[in-house]
Amino acid sequence: MGEVLKISPIRARRISFMALAPLCLILAGCATPDGARVSGDVFDPYEENNRQTHELNRALDKALVRPVGVGYTAIVPDDLEGSIGNFASNLGLPGTVVNNLLQGNVEGAFTNTMRFVFNTTLGFGGLFDVAGDFQIDEVKADFGQTLYVWGVPEGAYVELPVLGPSTERAMVGRAVDLFTNPLSYVLPSPDKYIGTAAGVASKVGDRGRYAETVDSVLYNSADSYSQARGIYLQNRRFELGDGDAAEEINPFDLNTEGF
Amino acid sequence: MTQYTRRAATCLIGAAVATFTLMPTTASALDNASAKKLVDALVGEINRVIASGKSEQAMYSDFKRIFAKYGDTSYIAAYAMGNDGRRASNAQKKKFSAEFQTYISRKYGSRFREFIGGRLEVKSVRPVKSWFEVQTTAFLRGESPFTVTFLVSDRTGRDKFFNMFIEGINLLLTERTEIGAMIDKRGGSIDKMIADLRNAK
Repeated sequence: MGEVLKISPIRARRISFMALAPLCLILAGCATPDGARVSGDVFDPYEENNRQTHELNRALDKALVRPVGVGYTAIVPDDLEGSIGNFASNLGLPGTVVNNLLQGNVEGAFTNTMRFVFNTTLGFGGLFDVAGDFQIDEVKADFGQTLYVWGVPEGAYVELPVLGPSTERAMVGRAVDLFTNPLSYVLPSPDKYIGTAAGVASKVGDRGRYAETVDSVLYNSADSYSQARGIYLQNRRFELGDGDAAEEINPFDLNTEGF
Repeated sequence: MTQYTRRAATCLIGAAVATFTLMPTTASALDNASAKKLVDALVGEINRVIASGKSEQAMYSDFKRIFAKYGDTSYIAAYAMGNDGRRASNAQKKKFSAEFQTYISRKYGSRFREFIGGRLEVKSVRPVKSWFEVQTTAFLRGESPFTVTFLVSDRTGRDKFFNMFIEGINLLLTERTEIGAMIDKRGGSIDKMIADLRNAK
């Protein structure tokens, strides 16, 4: 990716198209369950493999991510931690705008552009979330969501090594998003790695800040794999606006006698 | 920030007190206004406990009292037990319901600490089938605002919340998964699950 600047736009386009081709194949092969899906439903044909990956991820978390995260949060002052997070999320915004536009969400693209302009200038290169103080909040978008908007099915649940819970559709989205951020084509190579580093730091910091909540899922629950899967799928579907989970339970249908 | 939060908490306490004083003694049909009132009062009490600076143990018993007062505890316990509830005896159900309330108060009570310095604001209310959905926005330090939804019904004859969604994550469904997994791990024994709920986090 560091070489992209030096090659001609046509070649760059051909490269990104070539990168997309196998993704299209994966998408076409996305497994789908029969019948309509109810929110909270889980389609997990790869459960056995996923559970192995889950154990791997738990071991990795225990040995590395958690201790580093907890240490990071303890050492780095809150304000600096916030600034690092702001900086990383600001650098991600141009990619979000691209996805807003791919989804036909012009208003979202406008809001995010305003955020980027405010925070990059008045917020000293994105270190401060000035826009947030004016209630200009990020309209989240990623390529996985774009695929949802385009009608691609969710596919099976997948737990990825290191990255954690995902779906086949979200996984393809993540891969494509490595190419959707215009900044990665514009920034010279050392600078853009600062953004990546800040992104990783902020994720690790989150692990430390929400240590207890994450621990309760990963280490204190009776079946951490099922919990992580359920929590991820519900939250992801909520973010996408896919189905209204709140409508599906009827409190009058349940026999509560004796409880 | 601290001052602002304290002011907000004071306002919420004021609102909660006002709500209780003004609350009509006769049972009224559930509508938008009363559903919102319930959640306002609930949020007010939670904020008050968080701001109190009490010990964790004291906070947990406060949360348990709040849960019993505002929550449809029998519905929540029955849902959490899921299909296993069908083969449970009345004694098991009763014991589970009591232990489950303590467990929930401890588990979510310790999460609320992450809310210190934050606040919940009621944004909108809408009727859904036979209940109401109250949307609130949570403002946490250093976080983008996020949505917490309460479902409120008058199934029991009084307005109570019977479920909660944090960014789309269904509290009832999450707990049903947990209780189901606990029962499975204990060879299907409901009694063992109830006994271990006391130490579950």
